[in-house]
Amino acid sequence: MSRYIVKRILQSLLTVVIVVIAVFLLLRLMPTSGYFTRDDYINMTEEMRSAYLRNLGITDPAVIQLQRFFAGVFRGDLGRSITVYPKLPISTILAEKVPYSLWFGLASMFISVTLGFGLGILMARFKDRWPDHLGTAYVVAVRAIPSLIYLFLIQIWVTGIMRWPMVFYEDRPVTWILPVVSLSLTGIAWYGIWLRRFMVDEENRDYIKFARSKGLSQKYIMRHHVLRNAVVPLVQYLPVQLLLTIAGSLIIESIYSIPGMGGLLVYAIKQQDNNLVQVLVLIYAVLGVAGVFVGDLLMAFVDPRIRLAEKKKKKEALRV
Amino acid sequence: MSDDAFTFAPWNPEAAEETGYSHYSYWRSTFRTFIKNRLSLTLLIIMGVLVLFSLLYPVLASVDPNKVALDSSLWNRRPDFAHIFGTDGLGRDIWARTWYGTRTSILLAFTIAFFDVGIGVVAGALWGYVRKSDQIMTEIYNVITNIPSTVYLILLSYIMKPGFWTIVIAMSSRGWITIARFIRNKVISLRESEYNVASRCLGTPLNRILGKNIIPFLVSIIIMQTALTIPYSIGAEVFLGFIGLGLPLDTVSLGNMVNQGRSNFMLYPFQLTWPTVILAVITVSFYIVGNKFADASDPKNHL
Repeated sequence: MSRYIVKRILQSLLTVVIVVIAVFLLLRLMPTSGYFTRDDYINMTEEMRSAYLRNLGITDPAVIQLQRFFAGVFRGDLGRSITVYPKLPISTILAEKVPYSLWFGLASMFISVTLGFGLGILMARFKDRWPDHLGTAYVVAVRAIPSLIYLFLIQIWVTGIMRWPMVFYEDRPVTWILPVVSLSLTGIAWYGIWLRRFMVDEENRDYIKFARSKGLSQKYIMRHHVLRNAVVPLVQYLPVQLLLTIAGSLIIESIYSIPGMGGLLVYAIKQQDNNLVQVLVLIYAVLGVAGVFVGDLLMAFVDPRIRLAEKKKKKEALRV
Repeated sequence: MSDDAFTFAPWNPEAAEETGYSHYSYWRSTFRTFIKNRLSLTLLIIMGVLVLFSLLYPVLASVDPNKVALDSSLWNRRPDFAHIFGTDGLGRDIWARTWYGTRTSILLAFTIAFFDVGIGVVAGALWGYVRKSDQIMTEIYNVITNIPSTVYLILLSYIMKPGFWTIVIAMSSRGWITIARFIRNKVISLRESEYNVASRCLGTPLNRILGKNIIPFLVSIIIMQTALTIPYSIGAEVFLGFIGLGLPLDTVSLGNMVNQGRSNFMLYPFQLTWPTVILAVITVSFYIVGNKFADASDPKNHL
């Protein structure tokens, strides 16, 4: 097991490094004019521009820049923002922005999991009857219609009817409701539809038929056999979703003017704030990879039949 | 009960062979299972009509979707006979714009789906069959899925000029890998499955194994992925328009119309409502039809 964990950590590190390098190289493909504000670009002479770029360190060879970046990260220094918040340490920016996204994300994740599981159980329990059809209609609507449209309509209509402020105010809890609800809509649909699917699959298994013929009550079978086995494949995704809540939601944070992480990345890319983009990508990649890893471990923990290390060996044996 | 109640059938070797053969046709069964469901049939028809109408609209009607009215009394008109969906802030006819926009969005979505699924299926089949490629492909998969999709879309839209092909390249260079993954998993499980091993032992030629045993299983995934890529791509275009990196503003597309309609929504809600309704009908029908057709094309659901 420990060998497996070490191997996975090394693999994950490799993935993160490749992701960072890929984004790093993509960033260098952007035109250098993006590093200036419009006025600066017009007012500067060619020499001033190149001096400015040299000062930023952008004219150095990519390898040197990468080395500098990784060296900084190892020292715990994330660098400073270039254009979005000139000269401000990135850790300060993050410390200010992360809490918003994190709290909204956690609240919505809690709602998504509880309501989503409830929906899934209800749909599986009443398969092919109206709760199932109603649930399916909801899931299809949420997944098929571009989210911008219904999120915007919810904002306009609900704030209009309830006479709430349109945007988020930190000191007015009533304005926290809609962003959290909006954030949860897709999550509820996701957990609901997958839990239903896994429960229905599980119900058709032979051991369930056996349990039923033994005379166990439907309720007991559902709670102790179907649900417990159906939850296992979903557990795998909980950690990654939990960790990535700090990324925030671009659409929701921007329509409700929440000063969180959601818009930061887009803004940083638009302003060509390479340092900031780089750090954000690094953080998201680390969290994503770590989340998948923890998810695998968690799944093995929840379902003792899954043995990660052995599964790996078997695969290798097959490959030979 | 006595033997009189029965007559012995004469032994006939040909008749005995016949029970081993059925007139099962994969495509006919798929189609029959599919049209049995009223909802999916209705949606398929609606979808077909909408797609066909939007593709043919420039031929059928002569209204210019970009024609600006100089007379300000024609701006922001509510829906009436002359303008079924009303006019926008520059007096452009929203009915015409909706169909031109639908056309752009559908063409975009089909192009993306074509590349996504085309590359995905080939890469996925190789990934599943060529065992040496597994490690490299898995690493590529890890890398691509770990770059947040917004980062990727935005970066590419910036590096290239915003436009039709930029969106196609940005979307398909990322989308193929998930489809390839699906296909790979399926190919691996099919390759080793007992009935295929049995077929091979009985000396069934490879093309027959591929055609009768493997492709029918992949078809359901291919169709479903194609159908689901379309609402996803349409949504992505709307999203890119929202962050200002979609199609150029002078291109009529649903994304641009939704974003323009959004800013005028308080005063003229109809400018957002009608394009949105059409958009939603299209994406929802693709989504449902795709899912239902995938169900129908799974041989396990036949009979």
